[in-house]
Amino acid sequence: MTANAPTQPPTAPPVARKKVRGIEGARAWQAFWLLLPTLIAIVLVAGFPLYRTIFFSVQEANLTTPGQATFIGFQNFWFTTAEGIGLGFMQDPQWWTAVRNTLTFTVFSVALETVFGMIIALVVNSAFPGRAFLRTAMLVPWAIPTVVSAQMWAYMYNDSFGLIGQGLLGGQALLADSSTAIWAMIAVDVWKTTSFMALLILAGLQSLPGDMYEAADMDGATKWTQFWRMTLPLLRPALLVALVFRSLDALRVFDIMYVMLGANVAASTSMTGYARQQLIDNQLLGTGSAVSVAIFIIIMAIVVIYVTAFRVKFD
Amino acid sequence: MYLKRTNPTLFYIQRILFYALVIVITLYLLLPFGWAVLTSFRKATDLFLPPLQFALAPTTLDNYTQVFANASFRRGLFFSTVVAVGAVAISLLFGSFAAYALGRFRFKGKQFIMYIILAVSVFPQIAVLGGLFTLITRFNLFDNPLGLMVSYLIFTIPFTVWVLTSFVRDIPGELEEAALVDGASPLQTLFLILFPVMMPALVTTGLLAFINAWNEYLFALTFMSTNRTVPVVIANYSGASQFDQPWGPIMAASIVVTIPLITLVLIFQRNIVSGLTAGAVKG
Repeated sequence: MTANAPTQPPTAPPVARKKVRGIEGARAWQAFWLLLPTLIAIVLVAGFPLYRTIFFSVQEANLTTPGQATFIGFQNFWFTTAEGIGLGFMQDPQWWTAVRNTLTFTVFSVALETVFGMIIALVVNSAFPGRAFLRTAMLVPWAIPTVVSAQMWAYMYNDSFGLIGQGLLGGQALLADSSTAIWAMIAVDVWKTTSFMALLILAGLQSLPGDMYEAADMDGATKWTQFWRMTLPLLRPALLVALVFRSLDALRVFDIMYVMLGANVAASTSMTGYARQQLIDNQLLGTGSAVSVAIFIIIMAIVVIYVTAFRVKFD
Repeated sequence: MYLKRTNPTLFYIQRILFYALVIVITLYLLLPFGWAVLTSFRKATDLFLPPLQFALAPTTLDNYTQVFANASFRRGLFFSTVVAVGAVAISLLFGSFAAYALGRFRFKGKQFIMYIILAVSVFPQIAVLGGLFTLITRFNLFDNPLGLMVSYLIFTIPFTVWVLTSFVRDIPGELEEAALVDGASPLQTLFLILFPVMMPALVTTGLLAFINAWNEYLFALTFMSTNRTVPVVIANYSGASQFDQPWGPIMAASIVVTIPLITLVLIFQRNIVSGLTAGAVKG
């Protein structure tokens, strides 16, 4: 016993530590019970359905009879028959058109929203009469349901009596032509979400210290220099988080395309539209799930790229 | 300010340009909605008038009476309300439990759970659409508001947990310590001590989640066939013939579903801005 004494801890502290662990253990259990409903809900509506989607992506299955699925490996993604017909969705040019259009949509709408959002935020952040009104007006496009704004703009784009289609463009059917339709979609999204961007940027602007600008004014820095050298670098973290969330939102765009262009055109304009057409309209549970998995992977890859490239921190 | 004395011309040019920008921004933000409101009060035959005459054309409430006479729109309002209120109520209850645990307790795996919740909130809905569809049909919940309500938890729960957690963290710990010393259980502490303090946060989060649920389209389109919610009704609103889009009633229906949201947003605008920036999750 005496030989072991140095390696053995004294008797008193373990009791105390055990007691601490007892309280902490009890707290941990309480936390677990508090989290349980949320965890069950997330497993039920997110985890398990995601697992099912991944499962069906390697099966030949029909939406009406999911029980009769047979394993076919990656043939939903890529499969050429003996006659040389490509059956996998990755051999379908429509999928790649949808991917290209979705990426175009995302890049341009997010870029424009950021620029316009920044302009609006800078204007609202300066003191002038009517500022409170503009601040309130900013919330209007954001509060309007996406489907409603899609219908509103479809009406404005109408070639026989729309404010834009007839009034500005003299009867050009913007939505009928796929090369102009994508820009019409971008315009709707930019209108709807610029104010969200502006709100986030404005919150960032208001957290910047005012005396810093006073000092810059004293030193004779122009407003232009102040913006590029002080405002923009300091806003970077807030801006990046907003960019990530907006990009992810834009990548899963569906409502605008489906309402304004219809199910068939939406399938070649939005990735989600393509997946939904395979899954629900064509009832191809296997192919549709494979497309969904591809979209999931694309989006997660973009998250990883953003987070690593810009070292975005969420907290 | 110095410019006003040193170079008044430049100063006034700057002011004028600035106000021109303010006017352009205001028109850009409000004109599309204003035009929709105007259209909802105009007869179908007036739609072909040039803008100025259209604006001055006689006002009519026909579109609104027509919309409220439409049974599927009235049902849509009912189902939208049931589904959105239900999903928000469940999310607030579960979300405040989870937020209390994540904001106040120390335990292993907390960071991991936070990451899972953040990951789910950026989930593309399409990734679970097929899986959820088979689940919903399996439990005979297709075309049932309950099924839609449960499916909405995928975006309302992560959002409420995330925003509420950031609020709970900011509540001073003394309140809760006092309750603990007095021997209150965690649930008593949550309901009696923290809930009153969290009230503004609960209202804001609930409102934002409600807006998201009210506006949701993909799930509503896929999991319901006859019991549609309003976004689906408005998207599918059709007139006498397939080629004749009834723009007046569509705009009236759009205004009816939007006005409650805009009113709520304007009433709670301060809270909303803080809620959005605390969560910074969804728009």
